[in-house]
Amino acid sequence: MIAYNTAVVLAGASLLGASTGLVGSFAVLRRRALLGDALAHAAFPGVCLAFLCLDRRNLPAMLVGALMTGIVGVSLLIGLRRATRVKEDAAIGVVLSVFFGAGLALSRMIQNRSSAGSRAGLDSYIFGSAATMRLAELWLIAGVAAACLAIVLVLYKEFKLVAFDAGFARVQGWPAGRLDLLLMGLIAITVVIGLPAVGAVLIAAMLILPAAAARFWTDRLGVMLVVSAALGATSAAAGTLLSAQYDGLPTGPTIVLVGAAAFLCSALFALRRGALSRSVRQLRFRRRLEEQRLLRTLYEAAEAGRQASGGPQPSPLAPLHRVTHQPANAGRSPALQHAPRPAALRRAVRAGWLTVEPGGYGLSEQGLSRAAHVVRGYRLWRLFLSECADQVGAFGELDVEAVDERLPPGVVSALEARLLAEGRLPATEGERPRVRPS
Amino acid sequence: MNDFDFAAVDWGQAFWTIAAAALSSVSCALLGCYLVLRRMSLLGDAISHAILPGIAVAFWFGGTTAALPMFLGAVAVGLLTAALTETLHRAGNVPEDAAMGVVFTSLFALGVVMIARLSAGRIDLDPDCVLYGRIEHVLLETRTVLGREIPLAMFPLGTTLLATALFIGACWKELKIASFDPALATAMGLSAGVVHYLLMGMVAVASVAAFDSVGSVIVVAMLIVPAAAAHLLADRLGPMLAWAAGIAFLSAVLGYLGAVYFNTVVAGMMAIVVGLEFTLAVLLAPRHGLVSRAWHRLDLALRIVSEDIIARLYRAEEGRAEEGRAEESHLAGPSIGQPAGSGGFTAWLGLRRLLRRGDVKRAPDRSLRLTEQGRLAAQSLVRSHRLWEAYLGEHFDLPLDHLHEPAERVEHFIGPQLQERLASELARPGVDPHGKEIPPSDHKS
Amino acid sequence: MTTIPQPEPKTHEPDSAAPPVLDVHDVTVAYHRRPVLWDVDLTIQEPSLIGIVGPNGAGKSTLIKAILGLVPLASGSVAAFGQPIDRQRRRIGYVPQRESVDWDFPVSVLDVVLMGTYGQLGWFRRPGRRQRAWALECLEHVGLADLARQQIGQLSGGQQQRTFLARALAQRADLYFMDEPMAGVDAATEQVIFSLLRELREQGKTVFVVHHDLRTVPEYYEQVVLLNMRLVASGRTETTFTRANLQKTYGGRLDILDDAADALAARERSR
Repeated sequence: MIAYNTAVVLAGASLLGASTGLVGSFAVLRRRALLGDALAHAAFPGVCLAFLCLDRRNLPAMLVGALMTGIVGVSLLIGLRRATRVKEDAAIGVVLSVFFGAGLALSRMIQNRSSAGSRAGLDSYIFGSAATMRLAELWLIAGVAAACLAIVLVLYKEFKLVAFDAGFARVQGWPAGRLDLLLMGLIAITVVIGLPAVGAVLIAAMLILPAAAARFWTDRLGVMLVVSAALGATSAAAGTLLSAQYDGLPTGPTIVLVGAAAFLCSALFALRRGALSRSVRQLRFRRRLEEQRLLRTLYEAAEAGRQASGGPQPSPLAPLHRVTHQPANAGRSPALQHAPRPAALRRAVRAGWLTVEPGGYGLSEQGLSRAAHVVRGYRLWRLFLSECADQVGAFGELDVEAVDERLPPGVVSALEARLLAEGRLPATEGERPRVRPS
Repeated sequence: MNDFDFAAVDWGQAFWTIAAAALSSVSCALLGCYLVLRRMSLLGDAISHAILPGIAVAFWFGGTTAALPMFLGAVAVGLLTAALTETLHRAGNVPEDAAMGVVFTSLFALGVVMIARLSAGRIDLDPDCVLYGRIEHVLLETRTVLGREIPLAMFPLGTTLLATALFIGACWKELKIASFDPALATAMGLSAGVVHYLLMGMVAVASVAAFDSVGSVIVVAMLIVPAAAAHLLADRLGPMLAWAAGIAFLSAVLGYLGAVYFNTVVAGMMAIVVGLEFTLAVLLAPRHGLVSRAWHRLDLALRIVSEDIIARLYRAEEGRAEEGRAEESHLAGPSIGQPAGSGGFTAWLGLRRLLRRGDVKRAPDRSLRLTEQGRLAAQSLVRSHRLWEAYLGEHFDLPLDHLHEPAERVEHFIGPQLQERLASELARPGVDPHGKEIPPSDHKS
Repeated sequence: MTTIPQPEPKTHEPDSAAPPVLDVHDVTVAYHRRPVLWDVDLTIQEPSLIGIVGPNGAGKSTLIKAILGLVPLASGSVAAFGQPIDRQRRRIGYVPQRESVDWDFPVSVLDVVLMGTYGQLGWFRRPGRRQRAWALECLEHVGLADLARQQIGQLSGGQQQRTFLARALAQRADLYFMDEPMAGVDAATEQVIFSLLRELREQGKTVFVVHHDLRTVPEYYEQVVLLNMRLVASGRTETTFTRANLQKTYGGRLDILDDAADALAARERSR
């Protein structure tokens, strides 16, 4: 059973997390992540000014004040970038620190002169105090979240275009400037309503973390928006519950920490784009490249040997030590390690492509067959690229053995005919040898 | 605050507070110059936030903020921020700004949570302290050196400034080239990556040192704002560093006095002061300020307008001389000199300038006449115009009626040197392609 | 034009067993596993003036960066003067693309040229009077001595490029890599650059130049490297810069080829 207060906070935080997640996706995609941070910091003096004007705590007035100074800050930032030699990063830093500093000075002035009772209000805008959320605040957050969702649903296609390529959108006749402004407005409003709960310092995290985490899971904008909103909502809910459970865990920072954990997991373990799967694929890619080059070197050496002896078939047992002293290496730099790395050789032996021969290595039956495939693919690609130099994109990911999958059969057979005529087509009878799954 | 009385200021307190603020600000500002030039100011922001968990951990063990473990812990976390940001950006394909945002907000949140847990227990380090620092309490802990009481905070701050100065001095050339052209630096063997991490390490050190006394807000402000202002004011690295240091120092002094006057925190007031200084720089910087740029634009517009006026008058005189008519021209009022696209106001200003300089005078019937001095200027201008037309006619296959317009635009920017080169290249032509006489370069010939 | 100032000329005795100037062995560079360079194998035995030619996105700049160790190699290795590039950095000069640096940077023209001497100085040593005099000499050589004290942002595009060349001269390298030094400069600057290349060559240096104007290739370079992801051909310009090879490099874009063919024909006629 959850207490009523906790339920309100939980609902408010989740809705806030969902809307920052949704809107934050666009901020991250438009490379505006830190603009949100500047905006949040610049909003803080607005809260103080509103308090100074009314001399009491009034949520709507403070939020309007926050929105105003936030917008002034962002406009100054854009003006600085356009009209002076101040670069974007410095402009963000200047606005962020000066406005926030001004807010601090104002809030302390207020604290020092008015009665102690009004003090509590302002500090909560720095680090946030989600635990004190009232029902009115919940309705406000719910309203803004619903509005954000509605606007994003209605203008999904337009936002997608602007987020992807604003210049193109403008050329196509979309009001890209106004759409961009609308997006900025959505970001500003979500940031401002989040201020009382999460605080100026950390609200940017709620914009960035879910969106950046969602980016790891998908390449599609629609999916990303959903995942990001869901991540935002769940991490906000989890953070709220955690901080309600344990004493001395402030709600805002705890929400951010949960979000950070979610991000870390995504960054490491996401299926396709995660760091783990990326580095595994990278390693496999390099090894495969190395392996293919090793096989090709051996095959071509064997081929050269056959030509010298006039034999009919490449010998499967051409020891590698001879290969490294081929005349092709004469006149090359002695310091270069033209020979294959021992680790690569050992791996190839384990995989069954090579056999250990006295004084070196040789191709196994299976290895010879695969090497022929590698060499065939290599030569077909080189020929194809020479013929159709403007089609380098067809190469795709670097894998010479994938030639039959990436080029139309007609093209392949035409290229094969050419190689055959030149006597350079390796004999590849039968099935392509099984390669370890990669 | 209205009954503020300077006599009531405790000047001993003021001196040491300003000294502490100045020492920390100046070290931050010096390092900040390189951050701003490398477009990495936000990494400075990130590091100054991210050191918080490092400080908290050290606090946990040491229980005091002046301890060496705090320095080491914070520097380690600072470097970690830089490395993590780079890793996320490079290997994770996260946009750089988002990567930075992720790393520093997460670490900062971690720091806040840790400090909140700590302060819930026994140790007095509340989150406010993180933002404002404890500069007001700088005199609480002192140590007597050579018979004088010196605040304890001065030692780490002074050491940091010294270390910063030494670092910049020793790596002057490395920092310069790695900031300007990192690829070349690496290609030369002065690895830009090594310089980058050295710089980030120093930023972390300066942040930690400043953190305790002035808080994270001022660290960010002092890392970025003085440097950004100095970049507008200086065109050399040395002067830029000097400007940044000066701006930071001034903001420490004025920030303290302002805080006393308005009864508020020193940190916030210093941010306001440095923001004002930055605004002044944006507006008034000699070459890159908005005012000087606007003035230069206006000046150029006026020059073009007034040159157009005298050229018109010159041509009108020429026309009269050719036709042998003795009547006065009816050129009057500012409208005559109005080039396409510029308003009547600029033309009026331009005419005022000509009259004031004595290039043009009003005849009794209020029509405009060139003075001798004005005629010389006009002659040179018309010479430029017609030489350019002749040059265009010679080298480009343009119809006759297409020559005037480019010449009208270019004539204002052809100095005597270029005139001479054009003339000699064209073998000193007498007339332009329209058959008009090209006036000689000065009245004597 | 005077010769390039050489206060301490280095002697390069022709040595039959001398290692090749540059040896690029089977270099592959991939960006997210998409190949940018594929199996580039290139040996330059003797000092020469070499143009790197290929369509946009063919990996010309990447090749230079790969050789200099500025981008990671997926496979392969590079050596200069018979040793890994890391041991030869002081003998290597680099002129990056003009857009790669921030021209608002608060340094003077002379400062930039002085940066050329940093590699020779190594870590922590500061440039002294000798280096300054030398930098000024280099600057004079490209005709910018008057502008030595200007902030670099005040220069025109051609002057900026010449500043970069002066910096390259100041490096006193034996092997230069220049990334499109003639992009976006006026004809006069292009001539200055070209005559500098010639002089460097006459002093026995090797210069690689990424070049985009096919018409001037036969006139400017002794050797060409034709590149389009993979090395299409390399060798002496007369034998390598042929229509067939260009077709293999550029594909069917014939208008470009015609330009190049005209240039070749003009060269033939002029002999």
